[in-house]
Amino acid sequence: MTTATHNGAFAQQQAAELKVAARRTMNRRTAWIWIGRAILAVAVIGGWQWFTTEGWVDKFFFGQPTEIWNSLIHLFTEGTAFGTIWENLWVTVQEAFMGFLLGTFVGVVLGLLLGSNKYLSAVVGPYIRIVNSIPRIVLGSIFIVAFGLGVFPKVLLAAVLVFFVVFFNAFQGVREVDQNLVGNVRVLGASPLQVAIHVTIPSAMTWIIASLHTAFGFAIIGALVAEVLGAQQGIGLIISQAQGTFDPNTVFACMVIIAAITLGAEALITLLEHKLLKWRPPSRSEAQAI
Amino acid sequence: MDANHPNRPPAAPEGAKAAAGIDIVGLTKRYLTPKGETFTAIQDVNLRVEPGEFCAIVGPTGCGKSTTLAQVSGLERPSAGSVSVHDQIVDGITKGVSYMFQADALFPWKTVLANVLIGPVLLGMPKREATVLARDWLRRVGLAGFEDRYPHQLSGGMRKRVAMAAALINNPRILLMDEPFGALDVQTKAIMQNELLQLWEELRPSVLFITHDLDEAVALADKVVIMTSSPGTIKDVFDIDLPRPRGDVQQIRHEERFLELQGRIWESLKDEVTRAYKKSAGAAA
Repeated sequence: MTTATHNGAFAQQQAAELKVAARRTMNRRTAWIWIGRAILAVAVIGGWQWFTTEGWVDKFFFGQPTEIWNSLIHLFTEGTAFGTIWENLWVTVQEAFMGFLLGTFVGVVLGLLLGSNKYLSAVVGPYIRIVNSIPRIVLGSIFIVAFGLGVFPKVLLAAVLVFFVVFFNAFQGVREVDQNLVGNVRVLGASPLQVAIHVTIPSAMTWIIASLHTAFGFAIIGALVAEVLGAQQGIGLIISQAQGTFDPNTVFACMVIIAAITLGAEALITLLEHKLLKWRPPSRSEAQAI
Repeated sequence: MDANHPNRPPAAPEGAKAAAGIDIVGLTKRYLTPKGETFTAIQDVNLRVEPGEFCAIVGPTGCGKSTTLAQVSGLERPSAGSVSVHDQIVDGITKGVSYMFQADALFPWKTVLANVLIGPVLLGMPKREATVLARDWLRRVGLAGFEDRYPHQLSGGMRKRVAMAAALINNPRILLMDEPFGALDVQTKAIMQNELLQLWEELRPSVLFITHDLDEAVALADKVVIMTSSPGTIKDVFDIDLPRPRGDVQQIRHEERFLELQGRIWESLKDEVTRAYKKSAGAAA
C-alpha cells in the first residue's frame, strides 16, 4: 500500500516535470521564431536605408525608410491637398468595402445558382470564362467615363474584381458537394430548398470563405486603380499625385497605410472563418498558419 | 413537410408502422454515358422482399447492386419495369426509407446530435421533441456523452454508429444499406454487425443490404441474392434458414449449417467473380 502511494506520488512528480520541460521547449521555439522575424525585418529595412544613404541605390527613385516615415507623419499631421488623410482613407475603405460586399453577394448567389443547375451552367459557362479572360481592370476607364469621378465607379470596379474570385469558388464548392449527402437528405424527405440549406450552402461555405481572403485584396486593388484613373478624393488619388511630383516616399507611405488596412480586414475574415468553420478538423493545411 | 407524410407519425419507436414489402418487377436501368452511348446497368431484375425480411445482395463489383437500391429509394427512375413498395409503384422518393452508405454520409458541419435529429426535423417534428428522440437514439447506439462532438472527432466505428442512429431514428419501413461496413476493420465490423442485428430485431424494417462479404451476407440475412455483372441480373436466390435471433455473428460462422450454406452460395458466386475479374483484367491489359 505504501509503495503504491509512493509510486503514485513519484509518477505525478514525473508528469509535472515533463509538463514543465514541454512548456520550456515550446517557449524556446516561439522565442526563436520571433528573433528570426526581427532579424529579417532589420536586415531588409536597414539594408534599404543603408544602400540609399550610401548612394548605391538612388533614393530619388526608390525612397528611403526614414523619409517614408517622415511622409507618413506628414500625411497624418499636415494632411494632403485633398483634405486630411482620414477623409481620404475613409473614402477608399468605403469603396473597397462596398465593392467587396457587392461582389461577394453577387458571386455567391450566382455561384450557388449555376453550380446547382447543370443546364444553366452549361449555357452560361463559356461566357463567364470569356468575361473572366478579358483584363477587367480596363473596365475602370469605362466606369469612370460612364459614372463620373464619384464613389460609385470605384465600388463597381472593386465589385467586378471580387465577383469572379468568389463566383468560381462558390461554383466549385457546389460541384464538390458529396452526392451521398444529397441523396441521404432527399430520401429523408428534404425539399430542394432544404437540400440547399442543409447540404449545398454549408458545404460550399468552405470554398467561399477561402476565396474571401483573396477577394478583399482585389477589392482594395479595384478601388485604388479606379482612384488613380480619376477621382476627387482617396488614397489612389494621393498616390497618383505623388507620382506626378516624383515623390516615391509618399507612394510608399500610402502602401504602408493600405497594407495595415488589408491586414486588419484579413484578421476579421479569419475571425469569421473560425466562427463559421469550427466544425473542420484543425490544421488542415499548414499554409494557413502563415 | 408533414403534409407529405399523412399516414406516418414520425419515428414512433415501438414500430407502430409495419414494414413494407418490396416488389421489383422487370427492372431495367440504362444510363447515357458522356460519349452519348447507352450503358445498361441492370436488366430485367425480379425480386420480392417480404415485409420485415433481411435480404442481402452479393455480386461482383459493378454489377448494378447500388443502381438497384437507387431505384428502390426513388432517387432514380427505372428505364423499364417497376419497383413497388407496399403494393404502391415507386414514383418519386419512396416514403419511409432510410439509406446507409459505405462512406458515412454524415454532415461534417453538424454535431453528432444535429446529424441524428435531421431525420425527424425534415419530417416536420418540432426540434425539441426531435432532440429528445435523438438523445435517446444516441444512447441506444452507445454514444451518450458525444452529442456535441463533430464527426471528424470520432473514430470510424463511432461515425458508423451515428449513421446507424440517423438512419433508424425515423423508424423506417425499409432500410437500404450500401456496403455500410465495407470500410471498417474486421473487429469493428463484427461489433457493428451485432448491433445492427439487435436493432433490426427490435424495429424489424425490411432490409436490402449490399455487401461484397459473403460471410456477412449469410450471417445477417434471411435471403441472399446473387447478381451477375454487366448488365446486372439476378442469378440465384438462397434462403438462409439459420434460426433467429442469430446471436453473435462471430460464433455463427463456425456452425455447420452456416458453412454448408456459405459453401453452396460461394459455388454460385465464384463463376461470376472470376468472370468479372477476367473482364476487368482484360480491359486493363
